[in-house]
Amino acid sequence: MVKNKSIPIFEEGEFPLIQPIDLDGFRAHNRKKTKALIDKRMTEKEAIEKFVKDGDYIGFELYGTVRCPMSLTRELVRSGKKDFRIVGQGVHELDLMFAANQVKEIDFTYISLEVYGISDNMRRRVESGDVTKIVEWSNAAITWRFKAASMGVPFIATRNMLGTDTLKKSSAKVIECPFTHQKIALLPALIVDTGFIHVNRADIHGNCQIDGISGFAFEMSRACKNLIISTEEIVDTKEIRKHPDRTIIPYYLVDAVIHAPYGSWPGEMSGMYERDEPHYKMFVDMQKTKESMDEYMQEWVYGLPDHKALLDKVGKKRLQDLTL
Amino acid sequence: MTQKYSPSELLICLASRVMEDGTTAFIGTGIPMLAASLAQAMHAPNLVPIFEFGGTGAILEKLPLAVGDMRTYNKALAASGICDVMETAQRGFVEFGFLGGAQIDKYGNLNSTVIGDHAHPKVRLPGSGGANDVGSSCWRTIAIMIHDKRRFMEKIDFVTTPGYLTGPGAREEAGLPENTGPYRVVTNLCVMGYDDVSKQMKLLSLNPGVTIEQVIENTGFKLLLADKITENTPPTDEELRILRKEVDPDGLYR
Repeated sequence: MVKNKSIPIFEEGEFPLIQPIDLDGFRAHNRKKTKALIDKRMTEKEAIEKFVKDGDYIGFELYGTVRCPMSLTRELVRSGKKDFRIVGQGVHELDLMFAANQVKEIDFTYISLEVYGISDNMRRRVESGDVTKIVEWSNAAITWRFKAASMGVPFIATRNMLGTDTLKKSSAKVIECPFTHQKIALLPALIVDTGFIHVNRADIHGNCQIDGISGFAFEMSRACKNLIISTEEIVDTKEIRKHPDRTIIPYYLVDAVIHAPYGSWPGEMSGMYERDEPHYKMFVDMQKTKESMDEYMQEWVYGLPDHKALLDKVGKKRLQDLTL
Repeated sequence: MTQKYSPSELLICLASRVMEDGTTAFIGTGIPMLAASLAQAMHAPNLVPIFEFGGTGAILEKLPLAVGDMRTYNKALAASGICDVMETAQRGFVEFGFLGGAQIDKYGNLNSTVIGDHAHPKVRLPGSGGANDVGSSCWRTIAIMIHDKRRFMEKIDFVTTPGYLTGPGAREEAGLPENTGPYRVVTNLCVMGYDDVSKQMKLLSLNPGVTIEQVIENTGFKLLLADKITENTPPTDEELRILRKEVDPDGLYR
């Protein structure tokens, strides 16, 4: 049997891991999580108080403004907790966190306002140095890093990112594949301290169903030590059991279930409601300067005690108009 | 007589014509979405658009505003997730991929990460997103760009997405899949391809009213010229009708 025959490393990304890989710690943590079908409902505030602390590595699952856990994001901003290390696929949620200066380090893949251009909140925090470390990845790379964690292994191999500065400014390593003898990039597993995912429906135990495309919910939900779910609807477990093939996230992964109708507002929710385009355009305008962004934060985040107050402020009529 | 058209309408039509029927194309936000939708209505009814968050084979009746919105899986063949579509590309199922960026060099390498130094950026850009994956895995990539010297540069500030890297053989040497790479660059001035041997960008055809000198003047590196440079057909009445009535009735990209 071959023992310690060294594999050449051709290249290494220059950054150490923002989140070290502790697979046995992850297994031990997962062993301790309850497997009982208990009621996990709580409020946004209770969940964040219980599962998030300063300096944690946190992750949001969403795509663009679709299925964003916005009620949780606003509560996270109001909590005043800070110095987060985050994994970025950010469109609206990270804007609020940048405005509140809660982000210290980023595993960065894409942060922008899509068709509306570059995020000025992101630019202000990154270009001023408030964000102290930025490590680059591609979208697939981040998702495969979750997949490695989900598999319980330390890395996953890919042919993407090779030959680029994206790899140079990452924490990936390029080795000679011991099977094919070609160069291959190794992506380190990414285990998130606390993850936030918004879903179409869940039961009180945290069995979650997502309609339409599922982005990276499957992979990220399995890569989180703590997983906080917000859901449009709470349904009876009998409903979940009718269509078990639709369950993307089984209950044992989940630590908290928050009932948050219109939880993705001003973003959208597959089959349920559309993006609030007038509000979003107003936000796009207001995020251009720090002063107007502060006003936005005061009016739409700090000035409201909870998600219910936000929905009251948006108004029934407006929400009905957005509903499909 | 041909109607008047806007610069974006011309870009959309040119990009649409590059797409072939009966194959797969990875579609990003903006112009590629309109181009794919127009191609489906014109010459490529069986073009299968693939969106990075899991939509495969949508019928693009309404213009998606983002790569994850509901319209990216409207009447689609499959709605999965990011792993599935990215892995599909990595194992060779995706023919075309569309890209954009703030800067491009003569080998088609693209920058969408940062202007200036990475540690102390002058402008922090949105980052790779799926761009690096598309540029690594798709067989043929098409870049859509505004043509000026600040974007077409000898040396770009950051290689987010691989083109031909440093020249012939460099992709394979880096470990990228063989026979992949940049195929076309569509701009407001012209359409370019790449020289088979040197892998450098080469002018193929000019947009109506544009001269070779004008293209050279707006390119920050030495551009190769095809033996015969043709003129691109302006958007036809039929293309403009479909674009304005069906693809983009709200005129978001006019």
